[in-house]
Amino acid sequence: MKLTELIQKLDLSVRSAKAHLDREVTGGYASDLLSDVLANGKQGDLWITLQIHQNIVGVASIKDLAGIILVNNREPEPETLEKAETEKLPIMVTKMPTFELVGKLYSLGIVGTK
Amino acid sequence: MTPDNKISRIQELVYEIRVGEVMQKDVITISPRTNMSELRGILREKRISGAPVMDGDEMVGIISIEDFIKWLADREHDCPVSEKMSKDVQTLYADEPLTQAVNKFERFGFGRFAVIDHQSRQLLGIITKGDIVEGLLKKLEVDHYKEEEEVYRRRVKHFFEDILADKVILLFQYDVAGHDFKRAGEGASRLKASLKRLGLDPQVVRRVAIATYEAEMNIVIYTNGGKIRVRVEPHGIFVRVVDSGPGIPDVQKVLQPGYSTAPEWVRNLGFGAGMGLNNILKCASKMDLKSVVGKGTQVYIRIDTKDGAMSETN
Repeated sequence: MKLTELIQKLDLSVRSAKAHLDREVTGGYASDLLSDVLANGKQGDLWITLQIHQNIVGVASIKDLAGIILVNNREPEPETLEKAETEKLPIMVTKMPTFELVGKLYSLGIVGTK
Repeated sequence: MTPDNKISRIQELVYEIRVGEVMQKDVITISPRTNMSELRGILREKRISGAPVMDGDEMVGIISIEDFIKWLADREHDCPVSEKMSKDVQTLYADEPLTQAVNKFERFGFGRFAVIDHQSRQLLGIITKGDIVEGLLKKLEVDHYKEEEEVYRRRVKHFFEDILADKVILLFQYDVAGHDFKRAGEGASRLKASLKRLGLDPQVVRRVAIATYEAEMNIVIYTNGGKIRVRVEPHGIFVRVVDSGPGIPDVQKVLQPGYSTAPEWVRNLGFGAGMGLNNILKCASKMDLKSVVGKGTQVYIRIDTKDGAMSETN
């Protein structure tokens, strides 16, 4: 499913890389540990986290993730946004907590990969 | 690029891009029973210049700001929008190329068209001239990035072809500042971008980037700084990450998954989970860790190009 479609269906607010939302989302991964995402995230995954500092952009771009969703109304730090713009990495925010968001993503067909 | 072929690219794009790709999908519709006097508030609040008028599932017309202004100028009494809307509803199909839309805008002089599905004739969206311009600009921007990447790739390719030697080795070095979380990971990111431009297998590039990122994070978290040195050879990539202390007392222990000496605040940032060295091990074809307390630590990572097909995740 395209990122644009998910944004619309889950009512996510886009905070960065608004011109780059055309990407296909192939899976998802939820974790707040950066090394965990580096080890187990997959290319094209949507990453669900509550970490808001700029290192999340580095991790996402190394793994070539489709984007990051910040949960619980958490807003990215200004440096995070700046970096995300340069890396053309979409960061979205939602008021949902991780559990609820993952459940909705799953029911839309975005599943984790083993 | 000359202005001439820029125009031809746009001409090409209006045939390539479909109406459905640029239309607005969140359509605000208006009931035929809405009063003209209410229209102003709706248009202003939703920041739109017009909307389809829907009677249940059926589109019965389109009402626009032009209709509203005309109604105001004529100083007529309040009435439902069904009396002032244009009933001659011209539609576009979502799978039509943009050129059809451009022609219709010229032919009818309307500000917007409703977009419907070819088969079901259900309303899918609405399109304005602004949407067309925005869609074209976005596509041109994407083209532009692709072109830039292509220029890079060609440049690097030529560079290798121009060098006459029995063996070509490339060396990269990145300085890493200790405790600087703002810049942490920059070395690995820059390395990744450079290796990508060299045209290396994406999977190999990703493995190198992950291993380097983890080693770099260790320098940032635990030391006062260090260096990343990368040697690129045709059969493999060798990463050496060195720092000048404090060193690791028990090397065997830090290799255990989950073992970490990271302080609480570092863990709160999502680092120091005791997975870093394990991640390096998983990505590397060979990894070696040497450390002397008080002197510093050296991590050697070798990633063979032939291991490229192997996934970095298990």
